[in-house]
Amino acid sequence: MRDRLRSRHLVTHVVLMAGALLMVSPFLWQFLTSLKTLGESTRIPLTVLPEAPRWENYSAFFDVVPVGSMAVNSVLALALRVAGQLLVASLAAYVFARLRFRFRGPLLAGFLVVLMVPPQLFVIPQYEVIRTMGWLNSVQALALPGMFSAFGVFVLYQFMRTLPPELDEAARMDGANPWQIYLRIILPLCRPALAALTILTSLFSWNDLLWPLIVNTVPDRMTLPVGLATLQGAQGTDYPVLMAGSLLTILPMVLVFVLLQKQFIRGIAMSGLKA
Amino acid sequence: MPTTDTTGAPAAAPPAGNGPAGGPPRRNRPNRHPDNAWAALLLAVPFGGLVIFYLWPLLRTVLLSFSEGTAFTGYTISGFQNWQRLFENGDDVWRALVNTLVYAAIVLLGVPIAMVIAALLHQRGLRGRSFYRTLYFVPVVTMPVAVAMVWRYIYNGDFGLLNEVLDAVGGPTRAWVADPDTALYAVAVVGIWMALGTNLIILAAGLEAVPQTLEEAAMLDGAGPVRRFFSVTVPLLTPSIFLVSVLSVIGSLQMFDLLFIMLGRTNPALADSKTIVYLFYEEAFVRNDRPLGAVIALVTLVVTLAVTAVQFRLQRRWVTYA
Repeated sequence: MRDRLRSRHLVTHVVLMAGALLMVSPFLWQFLTSLKTLGESTRIPLTVLPEAPRWENYSAFFDVVPVGSMAVNSVLALALRVAGQLLVASLAAYVFARLRFRFRGPLLAGFLVVLMVPPQLFVIPQYEVIRTMGWLNSVQALALPGMFSAFGVFVLYQFMRTLPPELDEAARMDGANPWQIYLRIILPLCRPALAALTILTSLFSWNDLLWPLIVNTVPDRMTLPVGLATLQGAQGTDYPVLMAGSLLTILPMVLVFVLLQKQFIRGIAMSGLKA
Repeated sequence: MPTTDTTGAPAAAPPAGNGPAGGPPRRNRPNRHPDNAWAALLLAVPFGGLVIFYLWPLLRTVLLSFSEGTAFTGYTISGFQNWQRLFENGDDVWRALVNTLVYAAIVLLGVPIAMVIAALLHQRGLRGRSFYRTLYFVPVVTMPVAVAMVWRYIYNGDFGLLNEVLDAVGGPTRAWVADPDTALYAVAVVGIWMALGTNLIILAAGLEAVPQTLEEAAMLDGAGPVRRFFSVTVPLLTPSIFLVSVLSVIGSLQMFDLLFIMLGRTNPALADSKTIVYLFYEEAFVRNDRPLGAVIALVTLVVTLAVTAVQFRLQRRWVTYA
């Protein structure tokens, strides 16, 4: 019996390993290519390993686009969007989950409706709002709509509803007002949900293409994905440099994922991550 | 913001209006809305943002779809012409719709793949589970723009890795993403690859909830692993499979990044392979035809709602809730 179990696991391992190899092979190829010369990367038959690893390709990436300012834009937009989203979403979620007030139902419905509508329906007017404010090509343009996303409200609302109502009641008897209850009791208890939301919002912000592509069109105001996109199809694509650059831009999120895997997975299980 | 309770200091209000526990009620009738002032105060910023960036835009998009004009002249309500354009010479829109649905259908094929892998990972006593899970999940966290570049290079007709491998095993070779016959499918394969990790996580959570005893009972009855997978695991997993399918389709209907990068603007296959969001971007922000963009956005809403409704309808036929 035990032998049978073990041999069955052997087959399992072979299948899982083959699958895993398929999953990561694009990244291996990306890495190997990033160390080749342009000639090697377009030669037939292909060579798997670079003759002499060219680490210069990584620094060359910094010469073709303003990578420094693009990275700064990406980081600032992420920080602003995450901070804003956490504050806005936790406030709204708290009010809906813990307070009793008039028009609670219709107001909550206002948030939930937004959740069910495809994002393109907001994009044109959002662009007009940002342009009217004179904020095109700015960090706040990148972060603003995402800060008010109903997605965060929904995730935190679901979580806050599960906390026992006695918490608020006891605090109120001790004379705490709703703001104090939010700040000192509910928020600290929401740490796991806030962590999950932070990670998911960071991921959306870092990887997003459509919105930053529309609002920030000046090269040194672009985010990394948009900057990368402008390289594609440029005359005489330098594949090794392109692979080096794209590898650098995905590295931060992969590192965060490896370090915070548990929170990542919880976040996805909690929300079902939109694609 | 409506505030019927203007006393402003709800701090001392009793926690539950209809219980005597929290001290004397302020009115004879229990106050059903003791927190109006606080709710108004705390909700002001979140709700203001919602109105400016989501609710008003929703209304504005509907109005735009019935308007004419340009960004410079401003827009005026003019009736149904934009919608008529859609029906009279909307070939582009229909093709984009069909492309998007085909893409969604192909990416849906990733769900059974994820089921098999989730079931394999779920076996008792399997070593290296979290190692595998990490590897399968990496494509989910990587930037679509970046991986699309890698895949475009792999798919290259002249020096791509895929053709090299296929050539070695005697398979067909071609310019996968520059050929209108294959471009959309090639992109969809990447879609499956990117979504596999997410599907896996949700299905794994579903499997955790399946009682181990059922599997063991089936094993004692002599059912082999394949039989157990189809007769025990799959039926019990149908709610998770349903959830994953709905999310997969909704996500696929939004596909933009992969196509934008993998098929550059000069790609000969682009005209036949556009998705609905790609078309939206092109009309609204490249050709600056905002009214038509608004129409396309509204079409996406209708399609998304319709497809999701169909899925919920069909659910009754195959999803069993224990």
